[in-house]
Amino acid sequence: MYNLIGAGLIVIGAGIGLGQIGGKAMEGIARQPEATGKIQTAMIIIAALLEGLAFGALFLGK
Amino acid sequence: METLLNDFSPGLFVVSTILLLALIGLMVKFAWKPILNSLEERESGIEDALAAAENARKEMQNLTADNERLAKEARAERDAMMKEARDIRDKMIAEAKDDAKEVTTKLIETAQASIQQEKQAALAEIKKNVAELSIGIAESVIKKELSNKKDQLELVEGILKDVTLN
Amino acid sequence: MKIAQKTIKFLLIAAITLFTSASFASGSDKKHDNQNDGGRVNTKEEVEAYILHHIKDSHDFSLFSYTSNGERKHVGFPLPVILWTSEGLVTFMSSEFHHNDDGHVIVEKNGLKFAKVHSKIYELDNGASSINFDETHHPTNAHKTLDFSITKSVVGILLIGLLLLFWFSRLAKQYKTKKIPTGFARVLEPLVIYVRDEIARPNIGDKHYRRFTGYLLTVFFFIWVLNLAGLTPLGFNVTGQLAVTGCLAIFTLIIYTVSGNKDYWMHMIWMPGVPVLIRPVLAIIELAGALLIKPFSLLVRLFANISAGHIVVMSLIAIMFTLKESLGVVGATGLSLVLSFFITLIEVLVAFLQAYIFTMLSALFIGMAVAEHEHH
Repeated sequence: MYNLIGAGLIVIGAGIGLGQIGGKAMEGIARQPEATGKIQTAMIIIAALLEGLAFGALFLGK
Repeated sequence: METLLNDFSPGLFVVSTILLLALIGLMVKFAWKPILNSLEERESGIEDALAAAENARKEMQNLTADNERLAKEARAERDAMMKEARDIRDKMIAEAKDDAKEVTTKLIETAQASIQQEKQAALAEIKKNVAELSIGIAESVIKKELSNKKDQLELVEGILKDVTLN
Repeated sequence: MKIAQKTIKFLLIAAITLFTSASFASGSDKKHDNQNDGGRVNTKEEVEAYILHHIKDSHDFSLFSYTSNGERKHVGFPLPVILWTSEGLVTFMSSEFHHNDDGHVIVEKNGLKFAKVHSKIYELDNGASSINFDETHHPTNAHKTLDFSITKSVVGILLIGLLLLFWFSRLAKQYKTKKIPTGFARVLEPLVIYVRDEIARPNIGDKHYRRFTGYLLTVFFFIWVLNLAGLTPLGFNVTGQLAVTGCLAIFTLIIYTVSGNKDYWMHMIWMPGVPVLIRPVLAIIELAGALLIKPFSLLVRLFANISAGHIVVMSLIAIMFTLKESLGVVGATGLSLVLSFFITLIEVLVAFLQAYIFTMLSALFIGMAVAEHEHH
């Protein structure tokens, strides 16, 4: 039960983080469409790092 | 974490390590090395070809520039030659003119000199004739006049006057 | 041409040895109540057990199963089981377990007794004749053995490895005769160039990228093709096995640890430009990050994404059974089809994305290790 709550918290946190990353990346692309490639690469890397963190936490709790 | 560890199979880990090592080795040897080498070769080939084309273009430009320069030079040379010829011609004409002028002036001069001489001679003769004539006249006058003494004196006086005036 | 012929021969030989020795056959056995290996699944619990069973490695290659005349028929082929036990090496075919996965079938070999519980093979302790479980469903009178079996994942690795070798050695061979490859190799070439120019070169740097491109290319195509193979009805879940992703992550760890230059270690162990007192603390953080967190995040990310993908796809397919009562057969089937179709499309994207991210992060870590800092 508690680890389910913990998992929910992790997912909330990760969701907020991913939303921030995606949103800011979109803003960046809208402001500078010519930098789309670079922004996307950086976005994917940061999202992957966040994802790794979230998964790590999820599995530690499982 | 516990489920994670329980799911982990050390045997599969060992087997997949061996298989992956073999796969990486084989792929690098039989696939990636030749592929990457060929790709690089092709890329450098394309680059070389582009550079060669650029060089050829530049050479072509140089060639046309050379041609143009040569043509210009030839034209300039021709112009110079023509100019020289014209100059020579002009010079020759001028020289000829000068010569002709000189000759004519000389001729004129000699003619004038001879005319002068003739004139002098003629004048001298005229003078001589006039003198003789005047002497004759004077002789006859004197012969006629000298019968009168007073007239004689007058005459002498008058001649003397003329002489001083002369 | 020669290499291609050799590869084909090799493939054929491998396939033949695999399939003939395993005697492609349909085995049949009595249905056990608690058997979650391809039995009928109707309730939520059964669906859950079925899914959890299917994302695990399995000792036999089952294609499908059906029930006729009250007997459960399995179509597929068994795979060899190779165990390192307390008595040494023991081998037998997985068909001896008769598709049982809950420890009821005991196989006796070399005087040792083995039982398979949840895709793990246990060696029974001396004197025990059947397996006992505690309340958390762990066997009490048996212990795990080192299992070097040719499991379904190993078969997947072998098949995909040979496929990759075949494809790319053909591409390599084509360059000998022509400048631009034709046929399927023409599809592969831009992918190779993509990995080299978009992943390896920008992250590692022009000077060093050549040394690591081979590894990165292998890993990229290995993960990608295996992810895609996992979406086929063959049901490989190789990149969803912790052992496989762990192996890949450890390769990356070894590569960037071994090729790390002086600057890299200097910055890790004795960070210049910070107060001396903080340096040991930073060193601990940096070392933990480089040696534990980085490979751990690599291995868990791939494992979790692929496993989660499989679970979601299978859960959506299971809507067919679980919502049969409330939506009717047609409604439940239609809903399940539509949802699983779209999630499968997303999974195709994820298959590429995870291969890309794994390769990208590996390249990034290697790039950090070999980067030359200008001295301040």
